[in-house]
Amino acid sequence: MAVISYREALRAAMREELKRDDKVVIMGEEVAQFNGAYKVTEGLLKEFGPKRVVDTPISEAGFIGLGIGASMLGIRPVMELMFWSFSYVAFDQIVNNAGNIRYMSGGLINCPIVIRGPANGGTNVGATHSHTPEAILASHPGIKVVCPATPYDAKGLMKAAIRDNDPVYVMENTILYNDKGEVPDEDYIVPLGVADVKRVGTDLTIVAHGRAVITSLKAAEILEKEHGVSVEVVDLRSIRPLDEETILASVRKTHRALLVEENKPFCGVDAQVAYLIQSKAFDELDAPIHRVSSIDAPQIYCKRMEDLQMPNVERVVAEALKVLA
Amino acid sequence: MAKPAVLTHPESLKRPAGPSEYAKDPVNASLSKAEKIALYTKMARIRHFEQRCIRIYQQGKIGGFLHLYVGQEAVAAGTISLLGKHDHIITGYRDHGHGLMVGMGMNECMAELTGRIGGCSQGKGGSMHYFAPDKNYWGGHGIVGGQAPLGTGLAYAVKYMGLKGSCLAYMGDGAVNQGAVHEAYNLAALWDLPIIFVIENNGYSMGTSQERSTAHPGCLAKRAEGYGMAWDVINGHDVYEVRAKTAVALRRAHEESKPTVLEIFTYRYFGHSMADPDKTYRDKEEIKEYRDKKDPVLLFEQELLREKVLTPELSQKINDAAMAEADKAAVFADESPDPTVADITKHIYWEEDNRGPDTTSRGTIIFE
Repeated sequence: MAVISYREALRAAMREELKRDDKVVIMGEEVAQFNGAYKVTEGLLKEFGPKRVVDTPISEAGFIGLGIGASMLGIRPVMELMFWSFSYVAFDQIVNNAGNIRYMSGGLINCPIVIRGPANGGTNVGATHSHTPEAILASHPGIKVVCPATPYDAKGLMKAAIRDNDPVYVMENTILYNDKGEVPDEDYIVPLGVADVKRVGTDLTIVAHGRAVITSLKAAEILEKEHGVSVEVVDLRSIRPLDEETILASVRKTHRALLVEENKPFCGVDAQVAYLIQSKAFDELDAPIHRVSSIDAPQIYCKRMEDLQMPNVERVVAEALKVLA
Repeated sequence: MAKPAVLTHPESLKRPAGPSEYAKDPVNASLSKAEKIALYTKMARIRHFEQRCIRIYQQGKIGGFLHLYVGQEAVAAGTISLLGKHDHIITGYRDHGHGLMVGMGMNECMAELTGRIGGCSQGKGGSMHYFAPDKNYWGGHGIVGGQAPLGTGLAYAVKYMGLKGSCLAYMGDGAVNQGAVHEAYNLAALWDLPIIFVIENNGYSMGTSQERSTAHPGCLAKRAEGYGMAWDVINGHDVYEVRAKTAVALRRAHEESKPTVLEIFTYRYFGHSMADPDKTYRDKEEIKEYRDKKDPVLLFEQELLREKVLTPELSQKINDAAMAEADKAAVFADESPDPTVADITKHIYWEEDNRGPDTTSRGTIIFE
């Protein structure tokens, strides 16, 4: 098993799928000649040529719409958004067209498109480039959303997304791109809708996704070392479909839940998870569910404050102790 | 507000309607008698289908919006009559005529309007969302201009697969001011895609005339020049002219893989939708002028009578049959059952509808 970065894992997934299926096309701004704004697609143009790896103009509504149209005819486009924040200028294509076409056609048309790119704050770039739209997009039936936190999951989820016959939106994280982890050499996928218990514990369940998983794992260590608390960390991996059973099984074991996400709190993913726990495991709870989200404001530019605005280890530890009190 | 300069109209539109100067164009001259009759029959079927829809709508059986195509028949008929195996079409919400032209049945079309299980989308799409991918018809799209990038993608896919084909992406004159359309133009020209953008210019984007909506001081098709694309203007009341000029664009797509913008001047007799009382932005006389002098179905009938392809008796027979077919479809649309509550959550995800050991999805995907 090789140790590679999150970025390399994504690239390996795309390379393998490009090789496996000649209908797979990589498309986006700067993905080819420039080797990717974040170098995720580095080397793919050289290996697969300009028919399979295509630079687009800065024209998200145009090229995302083009990818959706091509997918209806059986092409399997993997579209890069330089930031998911830029999806907002292509919202009609991403939601109305990709998300509704199968339904409105009574199942006659499929849209096997993947749209991928980073969706995260914490990079000191201000509000317009720091959106995390997984909750917004996952609220639309017809759309699937995944948020990998580790290199293993990044590769497995990306491969599953490319093989999936529905629109799958993969939300990556620029801060995780250099994180390294073990990734098998052989072909594997991580099915959509399967959560992963990243740390086993008995006293408290933390549910998280994306980089919040990494933050929560660090917090769990401190809670164990400094407070003697055994924390279980459930990584959702996939927002829609959602692995309700793994969440509920963990809560039934620990009887306490803290939900951590980098979204703003209002209608975040964890609002849905909190509803799920209270509706299906209410009697199991020994304490109210708590949440740690980003402080409810547009993303602040000032780096020192942005680090405090987002869930960090200190905030997660403090909130966990409240649930345990 | 400054008035724009005189619009560029096709020459034939400036003269009173008469025998079509495009009858001798090879693409029309080569049509057999039977093919000409079939083309007229299709136009008559669209007309009678739509007129039957008005009655059903007035009976309260069609909810939502109903955007009628009456008056614009020669556009769908002329363009679609030229298409082959690898030519695809996509349009906006005024989509019934295109559906019938590609060969959708009146029953499935009418039942979609009444929201029944027998509808082409099983009652899930409605008037604005007809689809028949088996006939290369990719909708039926509700958001103005939103289909233009999709059409560009269909053309891209045709080219990617190495097929000699094209996509005809239709839109109204109101769509030309949408950003998505311009992004689609740019990509089509940049990547030499085999696409024809067809602007069905009926003069009004809902209730706003072209003069009040569009800054370009000329015809709408001419905007193509900004993207280095070929363009042409067409008299949409003459199905022969529509065919002759579309054929040129289609050859450009097939032989050179190059895009074209066609602006087809046409006119709708009814409001933007049935919800539009049509009393505030145009005169009754204007509508009458078009109905009396430029009606595309009537003009083609006269053309074929002159050519002795049609006789008044045959024409009557064709129209009677179309009316009877529409009547039957209305009954079907009335009798077809509603979808069930269980049907509401079908057709959302392929992986969910086909879930098994090989599908990539687990977990909950439809929420309580």
